[in-house]
Amino acid sequence: MSQVYDISHLLAGVMLVTSFALLYQQRIAAVLNAFAAQSITLALAVAWAAWSENRPDLFITALIAFSLKGVVIPVALHRTVARLGIHREVEKVVGVGAALMVGLALTALAQALVVKIAQGPASQAREELALALAIILMGFLMMIVRRNAVTQIVGFMSMENGLILAATGARGMPLVVEISVAFSVLIALFVFAVFVFRIRERFDTIDIEALDRMRGDRR
Amino acid sequence: MIHAYQVVVAAPYVAALVLLAIPGYRIGAIANVAASGVTFAAGLWLVFGERSVGDYAIVDEFNIVFITINTLVGFTTALFSASYISHEIETGRLTPASLRFYHAMFQAMMGSMNLALVANNIGLMWVGLELATLITVVMVGLYRTPQAIEAAWKYFILASVGISLAFFGTILIYLAGQPALGEGVPAMTWSLLQAAAGRMDPAILDLAFIFLLIGYGTKVGLAPLHAWLPDAHAEGPTPISAVLSGLLLNVALYALLRFKMIVAGQPAALDPGPIMIVMGLVSLIFAAFMLYQRRDIKRLFAYSSIEHMGLMVFAFGMGGPLANFAGLLHMAMHSLTKSGIFFGVGHIAQAKGSQRIADIKGLSVTHPRLAVAFALAVFAISGLPPFGVFASEFLILTTTFAREPWLALLPAFGLLVGFGALLMRLQDTIFGEPVGPAHRVDASSVPMVLHLLLVLTAGIYLPPALVAWFRRAAELLG
Repeated sequence: MSQVYDISHLLAGVMLVTSFALLYQQRIAAVLNAFAAQSITLALAVAWAAWSENRPDLFITALIAFSLKGVVIPVALHRTVARLGIHREVEKVVGVGAALMVGLALTALAQALVVKIAQGPASQAREELALALAIILMGFLMMIVRRNAVTQIVGFMSMENGLILAATGARGMPLVVEISVAFSVLIALFVFAVFVFRIRERFDTIDIEALDRMRGDRR
Repeated sequence: MIHAYQVVVAAPYVAALVLLAIPGYRIGAIANVAASGVTFAAGLWLVFGERSVGDYAIVDEFNIVFITINTLVGFTTALFSASYISHEIETGRLTPASLRFYHAMFQAMMGSMNLALVANNIGLMWVGLELATLITVVMVGLYRTPQAIEAAWKYFILASVGISLAFFGTILIYLAGQPALGEGVPAMTWSLLQAAAGRMDPAILDLAFIFLLIGYGTKVGLAPLHAWLPDAHAEGPTPISAVLSGLLLNVALYALLRFKMIVAGQPAALDPGPIMIVMGLVSLIFAAFMLYQRRDIKRLFAYSSIEHMGLMVFAFGMGGPLANFAGLLHMAMHSLTKSGIFFGVGHIAQAKGSQRIADIKGLSVTHPRLAVAFALAVFAISGLPPFGVFASEFLILTTTFAREPWLALLPAFGLLVGFGALLMRLQDTIFGEPVGPAHRVDASSVPMVLHLLLVLTAGIYLPPALVAWFRRAAELLG
């Protein structure tokens, strides 16, 4: 039994490492690759849970994570970046060093919050929750400290990866919710696509700072 | 056998599909009204129909209050929108194609909100609220101006953060319920969770409620998570502002209250009351002061919505049958009044071709009837008698005073500050030398007058049947 948890913890840990990797990349292409790596790790983690806990419905979730977030979306975003010819560099609000320190603090916070509840028989499953929470918080961090619309999208989807990991860790959670998460990613993609193009249409840039100048009250 | 709650959810979705297929925007607008009318009729049928608890849907006194308000305001907003929106085509702000999309999305949004309201499964409730949010994001960006895109982007980022936190909270609730209810669907069914609350893991429940409060609180517009709200209200089409303020904030509050009912059932878990009281008061007082600096009329009333949502969260945080009753009544009154005000703002924006308060001077000279109706609506929302908002605010303050005399000073102070700001701004718009253009107003005034009449009637005479109904709903809240 403990080997099952060892492997799922290992995969969740790899996802957390890719979360840190997302924060220190300098080029957008590298950010997209790190995100693809995280999504594929998520697919593996979900597939492992499906196999070890004998819940075949989870294979669907794994497949969606792999195909959509591991392949289709990164490729589509690579193309968008290339076609729009936007800045290839990641634009930062906060430097890499500071962002990594905050990321570390968030991970510690997630551990501290969940350790308190990680007692009793299901404690090992709940430890995975701590890793998932850390990934979610790191996704927020990325949305805050990165300025470009594409990197914010990646931050958001990385957060959703953490959510799916958490939902998988909660044993027996009905598939209804997992489908809805996959579904929400689809809608998110749709919304994002619309925005990226509209913003491009208006400003010739997808730099969020350009949008900040359009605040209504300062007209 | 079809149940009314199925119609309430399914009718708008079916209508959305049909509306996508209707090319002419005039027919689309009429179909939109018809569909909203059917949904409203189903909502009324629900009031008089039987209460039921199923695996996925629940119909009790508590959510019928919300569904009735939702379908009623949805119907009147569709009426208003039908007369309002053709003006947007004439001025070239919208194309017939985007209007077709708008009508379909309006119905899809109503359906999603109703889905969140009837869901007995906490996952399904989350899906409904998320769908409604994403649709409003697209609607806010409908005009495609740089400001609209900025507002929609900000709304999207903050709303998705809120949505994600709420989802994490939902997972935690499931985990907390697992020891008592086992794995699978039962541990996500709200009615079973509430019944088993005493056997749930209190430590996980604490953590879950914090995540749910921040997550759904973002959608309620509680300070300091409110940043999306004024922008989204100001830049979207006016009927959407009316629905956002009047309905979507309520649905988010509804979700929060459902979880409060679960957490309150476990004595070992934290007490949600004080946290909600503090968050409500902070929102109320902060928004009241922010009202003074607004230059855009839709932003002004968006901040007023934050103020009133704060007051409701405060009332529900106080808890007990009386405070809950007052909170529910205030929610109903605020929904009716605020959506009525946004209808009025829509008229004004058409008459003056601007939303800036500085451009709207001298309304009483150029549009006397509109000026009177608008002034009455602002009196109503700022809590002057004899309107219903006065009654509900008075009830909240007196019940608070009876229990915690010193605590009652804070909401009273916030309401007074907000009152001053609204009257100041009202004076700016109604009186003074008229500036700028004065166009004819095409939009129908029926919905606004109807809302005002309802609020006025409620302020003067509340039917005993209505009081009894709200009281039963308040008792469910505990």
